[in-house]
Amino acid sequence: MRGYAGKILEVDLSTGNIKEIRIEEEILRQYIGGRGLAAKILWDRLGDRWEEIDPLGPENLLLALTGPLTGFAPGGRICISGKSPQSNGMIGSTIGGEFPVELKCAGYDGIIFTGAAEKPVYLLIKDSDVEIKDASHIWGKGARETVLTLVREARREFESRSRSRGLWKEPSMIYIGPAGERLCRVAAVTSKWAHAAGYGGYGAVMGSKKLKAVLVKGTGPLPDVFNPEGTLEYADKIVKATLKLDFFRRWGTGAAGYTVGAELSAEPVLNWQEEWHDEKSFGVDKFETFWVKRFWGDFGCAITCLKLAVIDSGPFKGAITDNPDYENQAYLGTNLGIFKPEGNIYLTALADELGFCGIQVGNLLAFAAELYQRGILTKDDLEGIELEWGNTKAFADLLRMIAERRGIGDILAEGTYRAALKISRLKSVDATAYAVTSKGIAIGAHGMRSGKDYPHYVSYSCSVQGGDHTSVAYIPLEHGSSELRAILYDSGVLCWFNFFSPEAQEHLWGLLEAVTGWKITPEEWLNVIARRILHIQRAMLLLGGPDLKWNPKVHDDVPRRWYEPLTKGPHSGKALDKSKMQEAVKEYYRVVGWDENGVPASEELKRLELDSVDKKLEQIRQSLK
Amino acid sequence: MSQPGLPWIFRDYQRCSGCRRCEIVCSLSHEGKIWPEASRVRVFMLVPGIEIPHLCAQCYDYPCVEACPVGALSTSKETGAVLVDREKCIACGRCIDACPGKVPYIHPRDNYAVICDLCGGDPKCVKACSEGGWNALQLVRGFVGYNSKLYAKTPEAITKELAKKLYGEELAEVI
Ligand code: SF4
Ligand code: SF4
Ligand code: SF4
Repeated sequence: MRGYAGKILEVDLSTGNIKEIRIEEEILRQYIGGRGLAAKILWDRLGDRWEEIDPLGPENLLLALTGPLTGFAPGGRICISGKSPQSNGMIGSTIGGEFPVELKCAGYDGIIFTGAAEKPVYLLIKDSDVEIKDASHIWGKGARETVLTLVREARREFESRSRSRGLWKEPSMIYIGPAGERLCRVAAVTSKWAHAAGYGGYGAVMGSKKLKAVLVKGTGPLPDVFNPEGTLEYADKIVKATLKLDFFRRWGTGAAGYTVGAELSAEPVLNWQEEWHDEKSFGVDKFETFWVKRFWGDFGCAITCLKLAVIDSGPFKGAITDNPDYENQAYLGTNLGIFKPEGNIYLTALADELGFCGIQVGNLLAFAAELYQRGILTKDDLEGIELEWGNTKAFADLLRMIAERRGIGDILAEGTYRAALKISRLKSVDATAYAVTSKGIAIGAHGMRSGKDYPHYVSYSCSVQGGDHTSVAYIPLEHGSSELRAILYDSGVLCWFNFFSPEAQEHLWGLLEAVTGWKITPEEWLNVIARRILHIQRAMLLLGGPDLKWNPKVHDDVPRRWYEPLTKGPHSGKALDKSKMQEAVKEYYRVVGWDENGVPASEELKRLELDSVDKKLEQIRQSLK
Repeated sequence: MSQPGLPWIFRDYQRCSGCRRCEIVCSLSHEGKIWPEASRVRVFMLVPGIEIPHLCAQCYDYPCVEACPVGALSTSKETGAVLVDREKCIACGRCIDACPGKVPYIHPRDNYAVICDLCGGDPKCVKACSEGGWNALQLVRGFVGYNSKLYAKTPEAITKELAKKLYGEELAEVI
């Protein structure tokens, strides 16, 4: 087995038991790592009772898994997973940083957390020394204090354990903020200041386990690879190809802030009531005034598309975050009617500090603001907050209410879709009309009505990761934007942006073979490996439960809003077409191997030796008849 | 490089992207593996966003060499780098104590002090850093003497200074 450390750490937080498990090579060859391996582990352990498992209960698992390419391909990433408290299926949610590299250097390909601790804890790993430690002193603390305190503590401890070996570099860490502790379904698992595994709501899962943070220091080398020269050669080619992407490197994803809004007309504005704006303040260079670092990246990264933004004066003084990237510019900017970079940076930094996913919580804030606009939520409901579009301070106040689950914040903390259901009941209105989500997950900031941005008709309606803009369904399946490709990145585990150039993508298969020794062709990937992972995820999504279930006939669709025409901008009048959507969904079912009701077909599952999935899905097939 | 004098690695911490490509190339060339904890340049990130590539500054008076009780350290005439004799080194850590920047450390597997050897005058880390346009590490010549020793500072001290500059006094206080 090459490219892998060979062991996975399993930590039972209920009993405090810690053990090492090994996964057979045959399984790894089939599921690779990260998202794929998460699907396999979750199905094996929870599949037969999936619909009964409470994502926020002790029975759920929290997984943090690397892949064979982690550390060898530019840009370190790890995949966080488990049963999602947003979709009730499984999301592969990746996050950048040195954490995955440290973990592999410590001798582990990943960590499985089971059970739940009674009191707040954090996990400290130094090679094979693994310790569950008290975290009561940092419980309730935001990102800044959590990071600084734990880094200091861990370094002191390492230094006291082995004196005279010199200075210890800090361990790498993932952690949650107050939002995760209070089980907000829009909470992320975070790293550094602004890195987040946002989709899926795993911050809440971590919070439900009372796990504040995981710190790891690995002092060994990365695992041996099958072909060392080949590995270096391919990695070098990928880096060189990536370094040519001048524009992307220079401006990061934030460069899209003007293009996607003004030109493509596909950016959320005022809770997607529009998808167009012509605000030059969100132009490519308008944020750089605030950058103290023009290139910021994670282990091995060549693209370094993050930029460190700091505000050093005025009402928003003290805010630190990245670019903000495009998604945060859109969701904590235009979607809230905020067109001043300072306000956007401030809200992004606050969301980071509290441990929110900027996309999920930005969608939620805008949803609340539209309810306010329509008089469904009043000032009284909001403890006096005047939630007007563009009011940065009001949105900041509401963010804090959600993180504390105070007043209406308690309902909103359930995420846009669930909050919409609750508010509909409370106010006797249909608030779901204003929820721009798919399968309980806020849709990424790439709209569809203008038809100019990358999503395909089936992108969000058929994705096994709901609204996740990084994992969208696509016809044809082999398309570069297809979910089957996303599964490769999320299982590798790789950074998409370091594989943006077609040239880099070409070398990916060579790198995979050099590292693992397995000859995997794009065809095998598409027709066998990725398909298997996709079907398992689809099965979990359809099983859902316990609080929500999805019916493909109703929920394999986009938000209602997108059938209403755009009223502003160059694509004014455009909307999605319901019958076209239905046709596209049917077509996707057919090409991907699902039956006419959207359930993975029996013969397809048998072809892939997923008999237990096939058996389990029989109940869904019956119920859809 | 047309400048005369010994090679020296100039470091501009604010430009460091935290990509750690320097650690990758350094450990590959010295250990044959990607091994961040055995890299002669170690990127400290005591505070996110404040990444500090930490490596030997070639002090004019080489306190580390002086401090070594068994004569395991010497200096290269061609490059001015500190050379470690692995056979002689007893991993006592005196060089670390003597170094104003606490730069050397004991190899994570084998018992000897690890110090940058300037790759014999052709630093790999500088190449990786400039290839990516970050230029946090740059090769200069003749930057020896008291100047270079000013760079032999602990990551803590450098972090504080830079944090004050980038994040403001208040946050630097907490660190
Ligand atoms: S290669 Fe340069 S930019 Fe990257 S971590 Fe090293 S010093 Fe910093
Ligand atoms: S920086 Fe430290 S290791 Fe380098 S010459 Fe000075 S004392 Fe020696
Ligand atoms: S000059 Fe060579 S030995 Fe020194 S840190 Fe750079 S790569 Fe490592």
